[in-house]
Amino acid sequence: MQKINRGSRFNKSVRVGVLLCLLCTVIVAGGCGSGESNVASGNREGILYWGNGAEPQELDPHIVTGVPEHYILIALLEGLVQKDAATLQPQPAVAERWRLSADGRVYTFTIRASARWSNGDRLTAHDFVWSWMRALTPKLGNAYAYMFNPIVNAQAYATGELTDFSAVGVKALDDLTLQVTLDNPTPYFLQLLDHYSMFPVHRATIEKFGSIGEAGTVWTRAGNYVGNGPFALRQWDLNKKVIVEKNLLYWDAENVRLSGIHYFPTENLTTEERMFRAGQLHRTSEVPVGKLDFYREQQPDSLRIAPYLGTYFYRFNTRLPHLADVRVRKALAMTVDREAIVEHVLRGGQQPAYSITPPDTLGYTASSDLRYDVLAARELLAAAGYPDGAGFPPVDILYNTFEQHRKIAVAIQQMWKQALNIDVTIRNQDWKVYLDTQANGNFQIARAAWIGDYVDPNSFLDMWIADGGNNRTGWSDPDYERLVSDEAPSAGSVEQRYAILGEAESILLDAMPIIPIYHYVSIHLVHPSVKGLPGNLLNNPNFKHIYLQAEPAAP
Amino acid sequence: MSVALPVDAQQSSSLWGDAWWRLRRNRAALAGLIFLSVIVVVALLTPLLAPYAYEEQRLALGASGPSAAHWLGTDVLGRDMLTRIMYGGRVSLLVGFVATAVALLIGVLYGAVAGYVGGRVDAVMMRFVDILYALPFMIFIILLLVIFGQSMLLLFIAIGAVEWLTMARIVRGQVQNIRRQEFVEAAVSMGLGPWTIIRRHVIPNTLGPVIVYTTLTIPSVMLLEAFLSFLGLGVQPPQSSWGLLISYGVETMEEFPWLLVYPGLALTLTLFALNFLGDGLRDALDPQSASGRGGS
Amino acid sequence: MRFIASRLLQAIPVLLVVITATFFLVRAAPGGPFSADRAVSPQVIKALNERYQLDQSVWQQYAAYMTDLARGDFGPSYKYPGRSVNEMIFGGLPATAELGLYALLVAVGIGLCAGLLAGLRPNTGQDYVPMTIAMLGICMPAFLLGPLLVLVFGMRLEWLPISGWGDLPGDKVLPSLTLGAAYAAYIARLSRAGLLEVMSQDYIRTARAKGLAEWRIVSRHALRGALMPVIAFLGPAFAGLLAGSFVVETIFQIPGLGRFYVQAAFNRDYTMIMGTTIFFSVAIVLFNLLSDILATWLNPRLRLALRKGSGT
Repeated sequence: MQKINRGSRFNKSVRVGVLLCLLCTVIVAGGCGSGESNVASGNREGILYWGNGAEPQELDPHIVTGVPEHYILIALLEGLVQKDAATLQPQPAVAERWRLSADGRVYTFTIRASARWSNGDRLTAHDFVWSWMRALTPKLGNAYAYMFNPIVNAQAYATGELTDFSAVGVKALDDLTLQVTLDNPTPYFLQLLDHYSMFPVHRATIEKFGSIGEAGTVWTRAGNYVGNGPFALRQWDLNKKVIVEKNLLYWDAENVRLSGIHYFPTENLTTEERMFRAGQLHRTSEVPVGKLDFYREQQPDSLRIAPYLGTYFYRFNTRLPHLADVRVRKALAMTVDREAIVEHVLRGGQQPAYSITPPDTLGYTASSDLRYDVLAARELLAAAGYPDGAGFPPVDILYNTFEQHRKIAVAIQQMWKQALNIDVTIRNQDWKVYLDTQANGNFQIARAAWIGDYVDPNSFLDMWIADGGNNRTGWSDPDYERLVSDEAPSAGSVEQRYAILGEAESILLDAMPIIPIYHYVSIHLVHPSVKGLPGNLLNNPNFKHIYLQAEPAAP
Repeated sequence: MSVALPVDAQQSSSLWGDAWWRLRRNRAALAGLIFLSVIVVVALLTPLLAPYAYEEQRLALGASGPSAAHWLGTDVLGRDMLTRIMYGGRVSLLVGFVATAVALLIGVLYGAVAGYVGGRVDAVMMRFVDILYALPFMIFIILLLVIFGQSMLLLFIAIGAVEWLTMARIVRGQVQNIRRQEFVEAAVSMGLGPWTIIRRHVIPNTLGPVIVYTTLTIPSVMLLEAFLSFLGLGVQPPQSSWGLLISYGVETMEEFPWLLVYPGLALTLTLFALNFLGDGLRDALDPQSASGRGGS
Repeated sequence: MRFIASRLLQAIPVLLVVITATFFLVRAAPGGPFSADRAVSPQVIKALNERYQLDQSVWQQYAAYMTDLARGDFGPSYKYPGRSVNEMIFGGLPATAELGLYALLVAVGIGLCAGLLAGLRPNTGQDYVPMTIAMLGICMPAFLLGPLLVLVFGMRLEWLPISGWGDLPGDKVLPSLTLGAAYAAYIARLSRAGLLEVMSQDYIRTARAKGLAEWRIVSRHALRGALMPVIAFLGPAFAGLLAGSFVVETIFQIPGLGRFYVQAAFNRDYTMIMGTTIFFSVAIVLFNLLSDILATWLNPRLRLALRKGSGT
């Protein structure tokens, strides 16, 4: 025994010693304290610390589909037109001006001569033609190719029916003139132009790393990326942060006030909120519901709530016999106490929804007869053959696993039980499974949401046509389709168009294949030093105009 | 055909009697036992004892601190926390007991057969256990639960499948020892079938270590369930477990600390009690470690 | 060493089973990698399926995957089209490995100290206090301990950063403590038991009889006894640390592998699930092996037993 011990005694003590020393190092490193917060140093240096919600999938505008990517791409790239952050009115961006033909179908954009790529190359109309061709190339698999649908032949090119891009309604008349021809006058067309799928990309860079239809090449990495936006990509640390810095070659660089933005992939909302409180973030991507009251009372300046162009609703599967009866659907829709849900479950200032289109969508407000009316609902249910819920088959609500959805489903479960005496089961599925189930029509009632792509009722109404991939209710109506697909696009004036769309929405609400529940709000925590970030319906910031101004006595 | 009892009756009673005497002297273990008994009784009688109905919510009340009406406060939906913790405890304990029972059943049978038969069969069976030990089970459990949805049954099977391995090893070792002892050889010589011998002689004699290990497996299973619930993969609402209640409580621990503290206490104390009881049982039942060493 | 070689050879079929099972499991799962809330046009789905060869038969896919794997290529990530799985894994690895290492240091450092303290004076206050704390450590899950540490040291006392990894000084302390705590508790219990075992051995009594100073007895002879069970525990502990890192990385916003794994499963990012599963499996197999080798190296009796080829 002695022999054995002697052999490794030294090693052993050394090992233990090393372990203890390292441990001490860890602890001492901790003792140093955390120093200056990001917000304090950021305010001094003009760096915005932005809670971005998730790691960006990609930084290729023709590949990505998410909101976190949106916030980075609008810093790195710029479209022909952008929206005013407060009013959402179109403003010149890469295009310094544009002209619309008398029939409302041909836009002629004049590209500003000072527009540059971040490597110094001139930005021309040809860049847009090539970029849009890339965005529509079938092999690329751009999920947002449908944004181009108003343009002549764009859809045909995207589906591969048409292989000659020159037949698509996009022409570079000269270096600085871009002409876009639409199928119909499309009042919201200018709005689409600042969606990232319509952003230009730098052809030479992309072709250096791959072909036009190739996705996932390394052109989007820091060091390779060439953009035309107010900021340029400096660093992209996987799952840690994305850093952009001011692009000095940007045409309007002198009006860009931030010197950089750090985006954090803050997936855990609880952690994100704590980061905000510890001064590590200027802005959070969301706010945990449980924290709303705390901020309302303690730091109302930091809590930013604004209406958001989206609606939370339930889909009926109208293919099922008991849900095919419009009276049943109406009875169910009329016994959802939206006020109670909004006030007690959501608590974020959301608006009860009685229509699919959020009110005042660029001047459009749907008229809806839908109201909370238990007595009328009972009559309807009785008329449908189920007096006091007798004989009504058990109803099932499907939602994707998420606490908020569950709370709403539980609340509605109780409301229907109390008001109509019908049994409701609730069923949750993991997101991908839920999507499959819904697409296969394997549900009775399913939770759903729709966020408008652009501020126009059409964004909420064209999805309910029979073969629309987003319909999923099995409901269709020829009159509705005629109004939405044929009459509204060719309407002569805004008023006339809104009247047609309003008529269509009335048909929809009368048939009630969905139960509108509430209209979204965007909720963020924003440090009071952040200026120039007004809330808007699209929750769309303009980083160009944001600046940081420390308060004398910041909380 | 009655044979000599597996363990002589007198010897048996003194063995268990001694164990019980030793256990009673261990105050921590005894406290654990009492605490657990209370928890189990409460869990069994929850539908009768709970002050409120499980799904009853009072949206207008919201989260409120402990009060006369709600001893442990209410959550953000105005649901009584005491009720939720009681029902959550039922689920946590159920998962703990059932998954452990699954592990116990597989592990004891497998280990007993391997240890009893011995030879090549034993070598092959234990090699299989070695191989399974090398599998990244946690990863598989997560994958299974994500992919096939989160059901209690899957949870039981998944957790049971992980925990039986150690049980099998322990039982096998124990059985090997016992098999060499005289009364078993006597039974063999009397022409008893192997199954009868396993059932009558081997299993009762391996009971001590199995009880100890079972008591220590339950808390680790409950922790595993809590961990999976935290990832959103464990028990699904409207059912609830302590792990799930804790994960909700964490979100609002600064505003409504009682939503975290009480479920946290319930889980931690129960695990505490189980571990103390397990340690106490080990000291009491395992002659080798009976010399008054509290911890393992 | 024949022992190592044979253990490595044994690991190969295990890994093959893991790979094959995972491969078919993820493809059997409902929901595909490209399904989305906003209906994606059939052309786009077709393009994506073609790009990732998901339009081929499962067997063709399997063959192609295994061929790539043999070359060490885990394929492209479906969720992050610009990234290869290799890149994602090796991008996340440093943080996870560092976190695991520090947690292990915390566990071994605190655990050994507590275990030795307790084991040297059994059944006294010096025993009960650390052992009760250790029990608490075992009973308190990381997702409870982590937020509590954040609350106390991050939010109330403001001593330490509450998130991040390598951004602010001291931001590695709380995650390491959170992850290491439970294992510190186990190690404390193991080393205490080991120490007690050794202290009752004859040669310690002989040493005492020879009049050696107590601390020399402990440092020369008893430590080994305390270390043995701890080292045997390190292999399984490593697997547990990996699982724990899922939680800790989420709570503390750490750019590690654990966060990816759970996300990948939810996203049906087939290649990413495969890649991380295989990677973790290999790591666990290797760590178990390492822990066994260490234990053998420290214990000649066990080495002998292993040579004879005992089952367990």
